Amino acid sequence: MSGLTIRGLTVSFDGFVAVDGVDLDVPPGDLRFLIGPNGAGKTTLVDAVTGLVKATGSARFGETELLGREVHRIARLGVGRTFQTATVFEELSVLQNLDIAAGSGRSALGLLRRRRGVPDDVARALETIGLTGRLDDLAGTLAHGQKQWLEIGMLLVQDARLLLLDEPVAGMSHEERDATGELLHQIALERTVVVIEHDMDFLRRYARTVTVLHAGKVLSEGTVAEVQADQRVQEVYLGHSTSTEGAA
Amino acid sequence: MSVLTGLGRPSRLRTGLGFAGGALLLFAVAPAVLDDFRLNLLAKYLCLAMVAVGIGLAWGRGGLLTLGQGVFFGLGGYAMAMHLKLADAGPGQMPDFMQLYGQLDELPWWWKPFENPAFALAATVLLPMAVAFVLGWVVFRRRVRGAYFAILSQALAAAMVIFLVGQQGTTGGTNGLTDIQGFFGYDLADPVNKETVYFVVAACLLVLLAIVRQLMQSRYGELLVAVRDAEERVRFLGYDPAKVKLTAYVVAAGMAGLAGALFVPAVGIISPALIGVVPSIEFVIGVAVGGRATLLGPIAGAVAVAWAKTALSERFPGTWTYLQGALFVVVVAFLPGGLATIFAWLRGRRATPRVSTVVDGPAARPVEEGVPS
Ligand SMILES: Nc1ncnc2c1ncn2[C@@H]1O[C@H](COP(=O)(O)OP(=O)(O)OP(=O)(O)O)[C@@H](O)[C@H]1O
Ligand SMILES: [Mg+2]
Repeated sequence: MSGLTIRGLTVSFDGFVAVDGVDLDVPPGDLRFLIGPNGAGKTTLVDAVTGLVKATGSARFGETELLGREVHRIARLGVGRTFQTATVFEELSVLQNLDIAAGSGRSALGLLRRRRGVPDDVARALETIGLTGRLDDLAGTLAHGQKQWLEIGMLLVQDARLLLLDEPVAGMSHEERDATGELLHQIALERTVVVIEHDMDFLRRYARTVTVLHAGKVLSEGTVAEVQADQRVQEVYLGHSTSTEGAA
Repeated sequence: MSVLTGLGRPSRLRTGLGFAGGALLLFAVAPAVLDDFRLNLLAKYLCLAMVAVGIGLAWGRGGLLTLGQGVFFGLGGYAMAMHLKLADAGPGQMPDFMQLYGQLDELPWWWKPFENPAFALAATVLLPMAVAFVLGWVVFRRRVRGAYFAILSQALAAAMVIFLVGQQGTTGGTNGLTDIQGFFGYDLADPVNKETVYFVVAACLLVLLAIVRQLMQSRYGELLVAVRDAEERVRFLGYDPAKVKLTAYVVAAGMAGLAGALFVPAVGIISPALIGVVPSIEFVIGVAVGGRATLLGPIAGAVAVAWAKTALSERFPGTWTYLQGALFVVVVAFLPGGLATIFAWLRGRRATPRVSTVVDGPAARPVEEGVPS
């Protein structure tokens, strides 16, 4: 298992610095929550690590530098992500979505064949995310929460070793949140997981460690209790956590 | 909307029956009921349908608005026509039009390899594919998309026409390469040989159909749809979308090239007017009308539009262009999936919709199991 090591990560958009010299260590197998007010730069940080936006500094996964690589190369190194708004292939079935996610290593010849049956890893992921019964349904017909699970399932079959999840429980019911939290705990046994989340209740229950971003900088870091006790965090964020509770 | 992708998988039996039925129609019924003139027209339409099959893959499944297929059609057509003109002229002779314009003492160097039939035949398919590969590589790597890709394709078609017209001495100019007499030793004036050309065209169309069908139903076909609908997402799964799109684009170009090559013996001419901006758009219109994302829609659309063009422009010269434009607008506005959607819709109404009543999700089972290692 590998961890994520970020040093001096900086992203600017036309002079506006969205991520400002962030240092971040996520050890192997951690379940790290990344929180912060709207516009803190959380998504942008994930964008930088996954190659979507240009950044300076360094972001290493294990020993491998990620910055400067193309998006699909970073993905092949075992870095997977989800998006703030669930993006699945709506016109393909659940099975096809997962099969595509599992297949970036397939040879050209393998791609030209038809899929026969359900591959083992896909079957296991279907079981894990509880969508076995929806196998042949178009992903576009899934409920919002199910789409988010499908995305997580796609990361599993993609065999991502570092999962970067952007607000995975936004819009979910309480039961769905709990199920997702348990699932993330399971996943973090063998993989390194970073979760961006606004939901404080969810955070308290499932976070192992927390990093607070504010205005592009790391404001605080530690266990849930440590971060909650931090005066500065209370000022910028937790202070009005009751009003942002459950905000998506 | 599932009807647009139509990824349902008919059984092998149904597919086999479908192909057998198509073969019966093309090889037995059509020659029996159509006179020589009509059969020859059908050969021409089927050539256009071959272009459409490729567009169905690249545009319908891949989302690449290929508005410049005339270029590849033309490359294939000219490669074939150059060889046939040289063969007509006889060994060591220059084609008639070059002698007529009288500016040249000998064959231009780039005509020479086309004396070889194997080279010419290979070139009809490989040359368009090579051009598409280079163009596609540059364009897709730079993430040129949508309207820009379409405009670029059109510009290429326009540029090719300008080149051909400008180089009259070596390309035949506006007239194109005309008056083709023979096809690999067979006299094209003979109705029996004309019929054989029709059979070759029909056979090639079925082969292309089989290729595209396999591509659409393979994992590649699913990936292509994924790239069409969410290119960025595919990237984050570890694929390079440029390669996925490039494959469809190159395959479609090869098909257009073969179509152009067969068009020449079927019709006896290839000229700039057949491959420029307007014909390129007409290819796409046929596909849109028929149903771009389906297997048979593009063929049906291409044949129907070409047939309507012949029939209507005979009777009402001058109004066809407007009719074609109106047809396109109506289909795009009211049937964005093309006429093929009507069939899918009818079929969908008969089948009962699948509604899941079970609330699924990770909560439905203990989490201790099933996490893959
Ligand atoms: N492509 C872009 N161009 C310009 N500015 C951008 C771009 N992307 C993000 N920003 C800005 O960067 C800042 C950080 O945005 P980011 O999306 O990372 O915030 P976030 O912490 O994910 O917020 P939220 O909780 O609302 O998702 C914001 O001020 C945003 O407006
Ligand atoms: Mg965000």
